[in-house]
Order: sequence, then C-alpha cells, then structure tokens
Amino acid sequence: MSLITPDFGLLFWMTLIFGIVFFLLAKFGFPMITGMVDRRRERIEDSIAKAKEAEERLSSLAEEQARLIEQTRLEQSRIISEASETRDRIVARAKEEATEEAARIIDHARVEIAAERESAIRDIRRQVALLSVDVAEKIVRRELDAEAGQMELVDRLIDEASGVKPS
Amino acid sequence: MKRLLAILMLLLPLNLAAEGLDMQEYLFGHVGDSYEWHITTIGGRPLSIPLPVIVHSKTSGWHCFSSAKLEHGGSFDNFSIAPKGDKYAGKVVETLPDGSVVKPLDISVTKNVLGLLINSALLVVIVLATTGWYRKHDAREEAPGGFVGLMEMLVTMVEDDIIKDCVGKDYKRYSPYLLTAFFFIFINNLMGIVPFFPGGANITGNIAITLALAICTFLAVNLFGNKHYWKEILWPDVPIFLKAVPLMPVIEIIGMFTKPFSLMIRLFANILAGHVMILGVVAVVFLTAELGAAMNTGLSVIAVFFGVFMDCLELLVAFLQAYVFTMLSSVFIGLSRQEPASENE
Repeated sequence: MSLITPDFGLLFWMTLIFGIVFFLLAKFGFPMITGMVDRRRERIEDSIAKAKEAEERLSSLAEEQARLIEQTRLEQSRIISEASETRDRIVARAKEEATEEAARIIDHARVEIAAERESAIRDIRRQVALLSVDVAEKIVRRELDAEAGQMELVDRLIDEASGVKPS
Repeated sequence: MKRLLAILMLLLPLNLAAEGLDMQEYLFGHVGDSYEWHITTIGGRPLSIPLPVIVHSKTSGWHCFSSAKLEHGGSFDNFSIAPKGDKYAGKVVETLPDGSVVKPLDISVTKNVLGLLINSALLVVIVLATTGWYRKHDAREEAPGGFVGLMEMLVTMVEDDIIKDCVGKDYKRYSPYLLTAFFFIFINNLMGIVPFFPGGANITGNIAITLALAICTFLAVNLFGNKHYWKEILWPDVPIFLKAVPLMPVIEIIGMFTKPFSLMIRLFANILAGHVMILGVVAVVFLTAELGAAMNTGLSVIAVFFGVFMDCLELLVAFLQAYVFTMLSSVFIGLSRQEPASENE
C-alpha cells in the first residue's frame, strides 16, 4: 500500500470513527471536564475574593475597635473631669451656703443676745431702782427718827436737787 | 569508537543485499497498512489476526470475508491481493471473468482501522471515566488526584495554553473539537510507539488519517469564518492592481488549502519518520547477525541504546505533534474569527 496516497477505505473508516469519537467526547466528555474546572476556578477565585474581603473587614474592624477605645478613653477622661468640676462646684456652693447660714445664725444670735442683754439690763435697773427705793426708805425711816437728821436730809436733798438740776 | 562506528555504518549497506531480511518489506510492512494484523512469528508460523475484508464489486456487489482467505496469494470469490510490482500492489483486486484486473471499492477493516477502533474506544473510555469522577464528586469542593487529575491537567493545559490563547473570544465553541483532536492524535501517537498487539499500528503516520483530521480543521476554519476573514481572502486590503488581476485572492485561496495541507503532512511525516527510525535502529540487530558474534553483540547494544533513545524521543514527539496540530488548528480558527477592530490594535 502506498504511503503517500490516502486509502479510501481507511479514510472512510477514519471519518466514521473520528465522527463518533468527536460526537461522544464533545457531547459527554470535554465540556463537562472544562465546565467543572471552570466552576472550580470560579469558586476558588470567589473564595479568595471573600477571604480578602474578610481580611479587610477584620482589619477595618480592628481599626474601628482602636478608634472606639480611643473615643471611650476620651469620653472617660471628659466625664471624670466633668465630675470633678461638678464636685468642686457642689462643694464650693455648699461652703458658700454654709458660710451664709452661719452668718445668718450668728446675726440672729447676736440680735437675740442684744435683746437678752437689754432685757437683763432693764431687769437689773428695775431691781436696782427697787433696791434703791428700799435702801432709801430704810435710810429715810432711820434719819427721820432724829430731828437733826431730818433737817440734814432735807438740806442735802435740796442741795442735791439744786446741784443736779443745772448739770 | 566513533571511527569504528563510522566504518561499521559504511559496511551496513553492503551487507543489506546479502541479508535474508528484506529491508523494504520489513519497513513498509510495519509502517504501512495491511489486511491482517501480523503480531509475531512463532517457529516460522506467522501469528496474525485475520480481519474482515469488505469490498464492493461493480459486477457482483458487496463481499465480506476473512483476510485469512487471501493469505499467501490465495484468492476468494475472484478477489486476491495484488502481487508486488502490480499497479495495485498490496491491495485487494478483483479478477474479472475476462481476465482483466480491477480494484473494487474497498472499505476493509484493515490493521489501521482496527487500531483506530481500539485506540478510539480506549480514548472514549478514558475520557468518559474521567467525566464519571466529576459526576460523582462536587468539583467545586475537591480536586481529583491520580489518573483523573492527570487528565484534568492535560485538558486544562490544552484549553488554557492553546485554545484560549489562539482562538480568542468564543473559544468555548471550538474547544470540544480541538480537545478531541489533541487527545485523538496523542493517544494514537502513543499507541503507535507500543510495539505489541493493541499498539504498534502506524495510525497517525498514515496520510488518510491526517487527511481526515486536516479536513476537519479546514471545515472548522472555513465554515465558521466571519465576514472579515472572507473579505481578507477575496478582497484584501491591498492596492487595486493586485486585485483587478486577482493575484492576491488567488494566493489567499491557495493559502486556505495549504494551511490544512501543512497540518496533514507535518503530522504524517513526523510520525512516519519516527516509526521508520525506530524500525531502522532495531533492524541493525538483525542486519549485523552475519558480521560475527562480537560485532553483532556490540552493535546490538548500541542499537538497543539508540532504540531507547529513539523511543524516548518519540514519546516527546507524540506529545509535541498532538500539541502542534492542536495549536495550529487553533491559530487558523483564531485567524478566521478575527475582528477587524482587534487587528488595528
């Protein structure tokens, strides 16, 4: 059989066999394999993208966390400073109020004391007056017993009265 | 050593004539087609598989009989194998009642046809077994190992490296054909290297086979070529005087046919040459038998060494030629689907 002239019989069979093989493989073989490989490739790409996304989210989450902590710390210090301010203010006001109250109480006490003293003095005066009257009565009773004494008393009283009056 | 080898090489042709081995029959018998599949010869008796001869005679219609009936110049129903030196040497011919010899329509299942059937069945089984794995498993969750993994790697390699790159945009449409062509050529090349029964048929080194493959590529290129492709052939973008006398269109139309023709010749010649080289190296063992035991042993060792080397080379060529055929087919298909816009880039 000549090498370089295509034999009809073989060409016929080749066409038939290759046709059948092509049909079988093109229908049931290769598209399935390539399709599956493509699907797996898609899946892998998808997974990588997802992993990257997750990583990004994680890193942004960490950032967010750090930011939150920072924010919280600021807030904390602000609250603390505010609280101490408030405390100072309250203490200051309380002090003020206490001072005012004390002053008021002291004033009141002073007024009361003055009033008490007044009344005490008045009382003493009255007692002294009564006492003087008693004393004077006694003296007068005793002096009047003697004539000389009476006279002397009258004189002295006149003296006193005249001496007192001009003063 | 090298000089000794050179001298021996010079001696070889001298011995050829004296040798009992008919070199031409030996070579052509192995690389050519035949009506029976000769496996080996045991104790002087050839062991061969008889194959059906299917012929259609203009006078007596269809005939189908075993090739064993035609052995050793036998004839059956006036059919016989034409002797050496005849116009139809080696083919089945019909001797008409008036003594004239004609060649009938011959679609016998020859050695190459049987080899083709075996290899194709093997290919279909391999590929469908591979797809079986994908049916049973969720390919998105796990990757195959072992043989299925190897097949997947090959398929992916051909699709990604050759088809996707060379065909371009709608490669998916062509990838079944190109993958089939690749694996078909590859398995036939590989089976051709196997020296015993299911292999050993020189299938891809037969021009009828490569012609059929080249026709397939030709059809794939020209049936689905776009408008731009046909415009480039029939009315290319060249000065008008080259088109008025249709010089360029003629060249382009010839080019349409030379492309698949080169595919056909390349595959055929490479595989045929590989077979002939291996057969030649192996023949050294038998041809030097007359030169004495020492010479024969020495040369046989060299021949075996070269044989191993050639077989390794043929393994590479088996893959390479399948690769090249697929790649060039992809390139031709890609050219026929090029868009004018992409050309201006």
